[in-house]
Amino acid sequence: MNPTTNLQYDGSFDGFLSCVFAVYEQKISAPVIQKEFQNTADFFATTETIFTNEQRAKRVWKAFCKKTTSKEQKDVFKVFLSEIKGVENTILRYIQYTFKNDSSKGIDFGNKDILKISQVARMVDREKHRMEAFVRFQLTTDQIYVSTVEPDFNVLPLIINHFKDRYADQKWLIFDMKRKYGIFYDLISVDTVTFEHKEEHILKKISDNYDDKESEFQQLWDTYYKNVNIKSRKNTKLHLQHLPKRYWKYLTEKKPQ
Amino acid sequence: MSFDRIKEKLSILADAAKYDVSCASSGGKRANTNKGLGNNTGMGICHSYTEDGRCVSLLKILMTNHCIYDCAYCVTRRSNDIKRAAFKIQEVVDLTINFYRRNYIEGLFLSSGIFKNADYTMERLIRVAKKLRLEENFNGYIHLKSIPGTSDELMREAGLYADRLSVNIEIPTISGLKLLAPEKKHEDFIKPMNKVSTEITKYQSERKIIRSTPRYAPAGQSTQMIIGATGESDWDIIRSATYYYKKFNMRRVYYSGYVPVLSDARLPSLGSQVPMLRENRLYQTDWLLRFYGFSVQEIVNSQHQNLDLDIDPKLSWALRNLEHFPIDINTADKRMLARVPGIGMTSVSKIIQARKFRRLNWSHLKAIGIALNRTQYFIVCDSKDFYTKEYSPETLKQKILKNSSTKYKKYFDGQLSLFS
Ligand code: SF4
Repeated sequence: MNPTTNLQYDGSFDGFLSCVFAVYEQKISAPVIQKEFQNTADFFATTETIFTNEQRAKRVWKAFCKKTTSKEQKDVFKVFLSEIKGVENTILRYIQYTFKNDSSKGIDFGNKDILKISQVARMVDREKHRMEAFVRFQLTTDQIYVSTVEPDFNVLPLIINHFKDRYADQKWLIFDMKRKYGIFYDLISVDTVTFEHKEEHILKKISDNYDDKESEFQQLWDTYYKNVNIKSRKNTKLHLQHLPKRYWKYLTEKKPQ
Repeated sequence: MSFDRIKEKLSILADAAKYDVSCASSGGKRANTNKGLGNNTGMGICHSYTEDGRCVSLLKILMTNHCIYDCAYCVTRRSNDIKRAAFKIQEVVDLTINFYRRNYIEGLFLSSGIFKNADYTMERLIRVAKKLRLEENFNGYIHLKSIPGTSDELMREAGLYADRLSVNIEIPTISGLKLLAPEKKHEDFIKPMNKVSTEITKYQSERKIIRSTPRYAPAGQSTQMIIGATGESDWDIIRSATYYYKKFNMRRVYYSGYVPVLSDARLPSLGSQVPMLRENRLYQTDWLLRFYGFSVQEIVNSQHQNLDLDIDPKLSWALRNLEHFPIDINTADKRMLARVPGIGMTSVSKIIQARKFRRLNWSHLKAIGIALNRTQYFIVCDSKDFYTKEYSPETLKQKILKNSSTKYKKYFDGQLSLFS
């Protein structure tokens, strides 16, 4: 049996693609790609740190794009963002499969990696849509619309365009509390931002710095939400199915008061 | 603006508008131009859900609930003793913009009680839309209610700013309308619908020649009927809906189960159940007519005037027409596949795709995701086991209801969410 080679990378997509590059360059036969801080229990494995190399990442991606449709490419990126443990290896096998096979034959759903990719991509996609719906901006004194979220998957990179197109004339920040980074639009472009502070601190900072009118509009929205309900049609099951409880704490109209 | 006053107005005027079931914000793309505010991707987003599970995607309010009419089925009617309020134009604009900027909504759905007259009312609705578009550079979704009796000039203007226009016909038959809204004329409803439909057709043909023709109501027009307020049969309702689809190019006809809000001898008493199941059956029928190739006659007719409540309309049709079954999954054409109970349009295309490679048997069908517990009685496939026994429609119905009760419940809930 071949001993496995652990390839550790920094967690970025380019880093992951650099690992794929290494697999081909060094002809590694039993690779396991993992994030730096993930410990391995396999004592017989050799461990190698792969540095992110944009050039190499680009080459792998370009080659992959040549053999795939744009939907397949997006799906791979989405699956990567799922951060499901070990998902890098599913993607690696999938990439290897596409390099080996003739793409004109169409997609073979009998292959379990392919099936998995399409299933996970759909889950991530659903979370993306949820964020587009459930982000609630709060206006702060420096006239930035700020929102905090905690998506199941790392979907902020996927929602940038949606928010940039829609809110082109206001500054906004969407901050992922779980992953401790945010995306910030300054009327020109969107950048990634991180804060040193703890999450309670961030939340407090936002609520301490509300624009004068902010809490009024939140109350108005709450009033609206309460008044559109039709009591005689109550359907809690359906309600929870559409609006799972884990999202409530960031929804203005659902926040416990 | 005084916050408390606005809050009070909002609660009154949102409450009065909530019986309008249309919440669609899809259709009619609008891009964000010149770094303005908002866009409409044509997809529609539900930003929240009410406790009854309905989608909240628009700020749906009345301009005012003052009304000179006295329609029996409406909370806003003149003789109802309720608090009245009216928004100023700027107040609606501010609410819309501020809700939109916070990502609460996709846009505005503005309706109104009729004060003074139709044109006066419509003009104010248009002014809100115009202000949003021209002063606020707002590209989100705007749905305006067309006030019955509005002049053609105003309806033309409305379509320049609104994505969708709708007139709620509310009562499906002319006789019902006479009974419940004696002061209103059927022609008043038809007039704005007619204008909108002509303008849309005109826009479409002119645009082919002059690309810069201003857009007119890109998301089309829709209407709504109240179900269960008067004694109409489902046959009456569906014939009426079909008429509006055809005559006025409706995008959608919505059904709204009557929620008893007032006591009136002409109406179901307070506390009677909202006919939600019936409403759902009508939506299923609407689907069958628009996408499954069924004709009205096949679903409801003089012998069979009302939809069954315990089974869906497609199954009901199949049970009345057992001589067409079983069909062979491997050879039947698309039209027939779509008619099998338990097979939806997505499954139809999956079957057609999959059978190109191999003949399908039960396990293939299962893998595709077909609910066999209902379908099995109506099809044969590449397998030797079939239901060869000839059941009477009634026995078959009982059999299906029995072994699919839980599944059936899910199906029903799923449908509800699909349409709500
Ligand atoms: S005209 Fe409209 S608002 Fe006025 S009572 Fe009739 S349905 Fe209600």
